[in-house]
Amino acid sequence: MHNPQLNRTGELIHLLSIDGLPQPVITQILDTAASFMEVSVRDVKKVPLLRGKSVFNLFFENSTRTRTTFEIAAKRLSADVINLDINRSSTAKGETLLDTIDNLCAMHANLFVVRHASSGAPYLIAEHLQRIGRDDVHVINAGDGRHAHPTQGLLDMYTIRHYKKDFARLRVAIVGDILHSRVARSDIQALTALGVPEVRAIGPETLLPKHLDKLGVQVFHDMNEGLRDCDVIIMLRLQNERMAGVLLPSAGEYFRHYGLTPQKLALARPDAIVMHPGPMNRGIEIHSAVADGPQAVILPQVTFGIAVRMAVMSIVAGN
Amino acid sequence: MNIEIRNGRVIDPKNGVDRSISLFIAEGRVAALGEAPTGFAAGSIVDAAGCVVCPGLVDLGARLNSIQAELAAAVAGGVTSVVVPPDAVPPLDEPELADRLIHRAKEIGKARVLPLGALTVGLQGERLAELAGLRKAGCIAFSQAKVPVVDTEALLRAMEYAATFGFSVWLQPQDYWLSRNGIAHEGEVASRLGLAGIPVAAETIAIATILQLVRDTGCRVHLTRLSSAAGVVLVGAARDEGLPVTCDIGVHHLLLTEDDIGFFDPHARFCPPLRAQSDCQALSRAAATGLAAICSDHTPVGADDKLLPFGEAKPGATGLEVLLPLTLKWAAAAGVSLPAALDRITSAPAEVLGLASGQLTVGSVADVCIFDPHATWQLTAEALKSRGKNSPWTGCMMTGKVKATLVAGRVVYEG
Repeated sequence: MHNPQLNRTGELIHLLSIDGLPQPVITQILDTAASFMEVSVRDVKKVPLLRGKSVFNLFFENSTRTRTTFEIAAKRLSADVINLDINRSSTAKGETLLDTIDNLCAMHANLFVVRHASSGAPYLIAEHLQRIGRDDVHVINAGDGRHAHPTQGLLDMYTIRHYKKDFARLRVAIVGDILHSRVARSDIQALTALGVPEVRAIGPETLLPKHLDKLGVQVFHDMNEGLRDCDVIIMLRLQNERMAGVLLPSAGEYFRHYGLTPQKLALARPDAIVMHPGPMNRGIEIHSAVADGPQAVILPQVTFGIAVRMAVMSIVAGN
Repeated sequence: MNIEIRNGRVIDPKNGVDRSISLFIAEGRVAALGEAPTGFAAGSIVDAAGCVVCPGLVDLGARLNSIQAELAAAVAGGVTSVVVPPDAVPPLDEPELADRLIHRAKEIGKARVLPLGALTVGLQGERLAELAGLRKAGCIAFSQAKVPVVDTEALLRAMEYAATFGFSVWLQPQDYWLSRNGIAHEGEVASRLGLAGIPVAAETIAIATILQLVRDTGCRVHLTRLSSAAGVVLVGAARDEGLPVTCDIGVHHLLLTEDDIGFFDPHARFCPPLRAQSDCQALSRAAATGLAAICSDHTPVGADDKLLPFGEAKPGATGLEVLLPLTLKWAAAAGVSLPAALDRITSAPAEVLGLASGQLTVGSVADVCIFDPHATWQLTAEALKSRGKNSPWTGCMMTGKVKATLVAGRVVYEG
């Protein structure tokens, strides 16, 4: 099966998923991101790598935060950035996803940053571009359904590498709604690709996908047991609509069992870091004392995210 | 016109015939096999050298969105009888609609059309459709197509009512609540790709409910499109118990699994979903042992309805013209003999229908398929007569090509 995000010589032309990315490609992205870190603290926060290129932020699903970080990243690479909030434009008029893509290609787009509610939508776009012979147009997945959020996965890896240096001896726990989380899937795939020996998933059975063991993950239902001796804790956001219903009885009961409190954090290693993709629900998945505490690296994640997105854009557009 | 089909390998699974002999057709019926009947004068001689001569295929499920094209596709695929589910637009829930469909099919004069009437009005699962009226108009049985009956009492009453008249009810076993949000088998692939899952329990719960209602009502039920190993086990046990239950499997489910979704290929989206390798193997065994008949589940879908993200694409694949080659492919892979494989798409489905078709018994109506079992062809949009070009096999080579199809002794297709 041909992996549409790599070209024939194995170079990254789209970033659609961490699944199937060779470890050297991931490392190349993290190393490139490291080289971009100093750009953000300069007086003139720009490098000319994407000068003259047009980056289209195609957000079929609302997001301010992720779109903003992509916009900043593209601008720091000197690209022209066009934000399209598709919810309110073409699809409302009945245009199909691929018609939208064809139209934007006719406007000489170079790079699409795509967020879509359906798992796999960026694959459809990438395959379409290949079919119509537009190998000069690149796609970056900014989150598709429950499937993947690869730049978040990569920035999480950047964060872990920054604080822990090496992946080879780590114990990493991912806590919460893994079933509906594209971040969790990308994190799991990145962690296993980078050789993390122990990846744990902690949550109630209703929020865990089936066959997680096949993805190389150990499942824990008891958070106290799951957090024991972990080096990294990745908390996931619990969506409002899942807080009370058939998946969970209440936000309160969820917090009692799966909310990260200082007491539970104390079970992890003393130097464990706490991560969260944001936006956080304080008092639901994470206690404020932890979110604002010395072990949280949630804001540095955001800073690293810009460098990682710059790295991904410059690499795919350069290949 | 009298026809002699000579030099072919005649396979009639129903009667255990597998010999290189001539087949004689007179007045639209099978007149003799082997020796010409006395006084037989062939008006036409068909040379079937290198070909198999078998009963016309009986397909237990094909949608005819554009009836002319789809009936041409049927006979191009060797299919001479087509069971049409009631999930058309509008749903086939009134006698006039059945009348019109049958009339139109006769006008076109290719494959026979055997409509399934809607079990409930609009397939809504609430009010009974006029079953007796639909039967009078030509519906062979009653079905909900792929729409589950949510209300178990409605299902019970529908089966009681059908049993009153001795009608059969065809149901695709799929629990509404466990399948309504799902788009793929709840397995390893769905977990990896982040696709909402449909658990096997959606099928087994529905089968268990239906079987209990069969015990209570005595209604004869045909379960369509089984997808799981556990489902096969339940149906097998019901047969052993002596319940009046039959089942079929869509041919794609004998060859494909959840892994074929690959990178979100919308052509691998089916209803019921493609399941795990172990399910595929169990389905294959069920077809091999004869527990299940094989059908095309032909579902023509416009290109635009497949050029969508996996979960938004319409499920289903074109099937009429690949039923034969895919059945041959399955048989070769599963080690099933050619006559047994042909049984599953001729006499076995005819038995489900209680019809005397799907056989070459002397005196029976001469619905015949002549195909070259070794000829290969590439599946492309152009190669298909169906308007439905949607197939997970596009670009693949198919082995087995229909050379001629006869309905009631009349040649309706020549390839």
